[in-house]
Amino acid sequence: MMADLLRVEGIGKTLGGRRILNDCALSVNRGDLKVLIGPSGAGKSTLLQCINCLIPPDEGEIWLDGERLDRTNSAELCAFRAHVGMIFQDFNLFDHLPAGENVAIALRRVRGFSRAQARERALTELARVGLVDRAHLYPAQLSGGQRQRVAIARALAMDPRVILLDEPTSALDPELVGEVLSVIQELARGGMTMIMATHQVEFARVLATEILFMEHGVIIERGAPEALLAEGRASRTRDFCARLAEFRIND
Amino acid sequence: MDSLIVVINALPAIAAGGVVTVGTVAVSLALGFVLGTPLAVCQVYGCAAARRLAEIYVWFFRGVPILVLLFLFYGLFIALNLPAAPFLICSVTLGMTSTAYQSQIYRGAIQSLPKGQLNAARALGMGDKTAVACIILPQALRLSIPGFANEFSILLKDSAICFVLGAQDIMARAGFVAARTHEHLALYAAAGLLYFALTHIVVKLLLRLERHFRIPDYAVEGGGRS
Repeated sequence: MMADLLRVEGIGKTLGGRRILNDCALSVNRGDLKVLIGPSGAGKSTLLQCINCLIPPDEGEIWLDGERLDRTNSAELCAFRAHVGMIFQDFNLFDHLPAGENVAIALRRVRGFSRAQARERALTELARVGLVDRAHLYPAQLSGGQRQRVAIARALAMDPRVILLDEPTSALDPELVGEVLSVIQELARGGMTMIMATHQVEFARVLATEILFMEHGVIIERGAPEALLAEGRASRTRDFCARLAEFRIND
Repeated sequence: MDSLIVVINALPAIAAGGVVTVGTVAVSLALGFVLGTPLAVCQVYGCAAARRLAEIYVWFFRGVPILVLLFLFYGLFIALNLPAAPFLICSVTLGMTSTAYQSQIYRGAIQSLPKGQLNAARALGMGDKTAVACIILPQALRLSIPGFANEFSILLKDSAICFVLGAQDIMARAGFVAARTHEHLALYAAAGLLYFALTHIVVKLLLRLERHFRIPDYAVEGGGRS
């Protein structure tokens, strides 16, 4: 049990009198790609943000590498977050910094790299997402897909043990989704541990080690994609994914 | 013709007053910046008690006229046996008042930033102090330059009241010569022109600063022309 890289148990959150999350539990092993699927408002994003305490959960426990996180200890919380990368739906690049500095700043301020070391590492990571020639450009000068790739490079530079991805392609124009998904696919193939909320069913079907289906703040189904999405299988996940596909055709 | 000669003769004195005015305003603005920034951060990110204290500070200094504050601080300096030099009292009074106004400029700018900026910094493992210093303030202060230019122009003109404590500023020097020569119109016109010129020059400089620090192609949601 303690062999899990990251494990959360009993995560619950009430916001403004509404129960957003109820008793959510999940664990990931090294190299896993767990995909959260579910309708909007199901709590996928809240769950991801509870895992690194950007939204502090009301109850529940979080373990990283078998060590329980004491989230009242701010130094411990910062160290934990430095090990857990996060990719946001709307990128959240630092608007006042060029791409290279976006990647470098946490290396300098959190990891204590020198300016030159951080710069070098930032360029390496930008090269990995195919943007080394864009290092001098500001977020406002990049396309959505490029911004999200810089955000991925920024997370990777910290050598995270696990990356949380909160609908990384939802804010993108359709023609830009592919370039971001292919970067994430490369990471998955390279053995990066990830938890990802997405509506990209095909992506999940091919790459996920496990799909978790959420509704009304509860994880109601979980299993390997081939099991949950199998033809003829009566699962909520399958229904939902079929409806997504239907909508796309009508669209 | 006599008026012109009086003004020309008085120019060195009025210019010397200009140095006092500029000095007072510069010290006040700097004090307002140094204290106003943490006050704004306190108001946005502080605990309930800190927020309340910051609020009371702003409420007090925005609520009391500068003239009253000047005499109040004069009394305070005397009561506390501090050196009652006009330059010092005026700079402290205007500085603490400007702190209240500047803090509101910075607070508004901080609150106008997308919430995701702080989240992204935290998600990378930055502590809140680092996140505010490296991510929030560099953006918020850029957005604050137009408000700061406005605060400067108001403070410069508010400083004209410092003559009541015996500060030898533009206003005091012009008044002194006017009392002797009775050339009120010409001398106060000259003083007014000097205030006008100072405002114009510094506002232009701040506009340059704003352009210098502008983030390429960046537009705040709902912002005007780029």
